[in-house]
Amino acid sequence: MTENDTQIGSWQPCVIEEIVQQTPSIKSFFLRLSKPFAHIAGQHVDVRLTAPDGYSAMRSYSVASSTNSSPIIELAIERLPDGEVSSFFHDVAAIGDEIELRGPLGGHFLWPEPAVDAILLIGAGSGLAPLMAMIRQRRATSPAVPTALLLSARTAEDVLFSKELHSNEISDAAFVLALAITREKPIRASDFGRRIDGEMVQEVVARLHRKPTQIFVCGSNGFVNIATDGALLAGLDPSIIKTERYGG
Amino acid sequence: MVTRGFTGRGSGGDNSNRIPPGQHLADNFPVLSAGPTPSVETSDWKFTVKIGPKPVKVWNWNEFNALPKTKVTKDIHCVTSWSKLDTIWEGVLIEDILADAGLDQPTGFVLAHGYDGYSTNVPLADLLSGKAMVALKYAGKPLPRDHGGPARLLVPHLYFWKSAKWVNALQFTARDEPGFWESRGYHIYGDPWREQRYTND
Ligand SMILES: Cc1cc2nc3c(=O)[nH]c(=O)nc-3n(C[C@H](O)[C@H](O)[C@H](O)COP(=O)(O)OP(=O)(O)OC[C@H]3O[C@@H](n4cnc5c(N)ncnc54)[C@H](O)[C@@H]3O)c2cc1C
Repeated sequence: MTENDTQIGSWQPCVIEEIVQQTPSIKSFFLRLSKPFAHIAGQHVDVRLTAPDGYSAMRSYSVASSTNSSPIIELAIERLPDGEVSSFFHDVAAIGDEIELRGPLGGHFLWPEPAVDAILLIGAGSGLAPLMAMIRQRRATSPAVPTALLLSARTAEDVLFSKELHSNEISDAAFVLALAITREKPIRASDFGRRIDGEMVQEVVARLHRKPTQIFVCGSNGFVNIATDGALLAGLDPSIIKTERYGG
Repeated sequence: MVTRGFTGRGSGGDNSNRIPPGQHLADNFPVLSAGPTPSVETSDWKFTVKIGPKPVKVWNWNEFNALPKTKVTKDIHCVTSWSKLDTIWEGVLIEDILADAGLDQPTGFVLAHGYDGYSTNVPLADLLSGKAMVALKYAGKPLPRDHGGPARLLVPHLYFWKSAKWVNALQFTARDEPGFWESRGYHIYGDPWREQRYTND
């Protein structure tokens, strides 16, 4: 599929099949689509909530699951204080509820298929969601592609999909995991105990043994600026950096 | 379809007629863009008007700032669903730029380009009659980098991805040529009141 023929779905109802508390502030929502679609890792859906008076609120959420034949997609939603939609998901939404969504959306922040060259992923918080879809898609379709994930989190327990990432790292020699833990001392010697900077990006790139040909950065706008500044200070080319900013 | 248990914040009270369908009011000014934030010094800044591949006029920062300035207060609408009311901008209207270049209406379509390689297409009619400017100030201050400084296009009646950040050229094209997002699934025109978010909307 080229970047041009992204399919744009219409609104469809889907049902919450399962809810998993992943970290103190992030829950995964597994949604059963009524009109299943195949997405590319990195894409998002728009979710629409409607009140009895007709008022509706719409927000975008990245798909965290990889493309497969399953009609169930996973969203990883972070609770923002007073967030209109994220706190609805965390405090009100329950298994069996119907939610409207459309997708898959977005034609830029996409895992390259086929992926051939080294790829660097940088994320924070729920910004891991589209990167996780990429890591999962890579595992299924291009496991040999050298890929590094530099993931920033306040503490070890704030690391989304921690178990899966650590087991990937152990089973997959071409996958590098580096955590930047900002509010406590990191447990592993290979992790960093500070915010992302140029030196850190350089060190992670060195662990990849090759210069990345594509870089994907995702998280809040503040985080994306810090991470892309780090990548530029590490001497990486701005034209290979794609960002997904969660607004804020 | 009513969502069980959702009441939401409500539709903006007295201002609800100013908020297009599917939009909500943002109290902050979110930042979205597809790549790193470029850093452009005003001493290096240049702005070009082209017809097809051919440059017609180039301004540096001081020359551009000598053009007539206009202040506008506008509501803006981002396709990611936030809207912001009464935002205050100052800059140079597109007709004032074209007049300085000695141009009238070379073609009916324009591609705006940015320092980051971004582009977006806008019909010329949507850039004239005070509808659009190259903005140099936001809320009375020089435009911050994150919001497209030193200068961005401002086309507030269309979704905000049309208001190209870090703008450095307006290029007249013979046909309506899709820009960056328009060739990646987003609507060719992008009217928020008709909810033209994605290609077939
Ligand atoms: C393409 C795209 C993909 C996205 N994917 C995801 C995803 O996978 N998971 C996810 O959790 N979110 C994701 N988001 C963000 C999501 O769309 C909402 O913006 C977010 O859930 C907040 O909505 P809300 O209604 O809860 O908060 P709102 O009521 O809209 O805002 C609440 C307050 O929080 C502030 N705020 C907004 N964003 C942040 C932030 N990142 N950090 C701190 N404060 C903030 C706002 O300024 C506001 O004051 C994505 C956004 C985009 C554009």
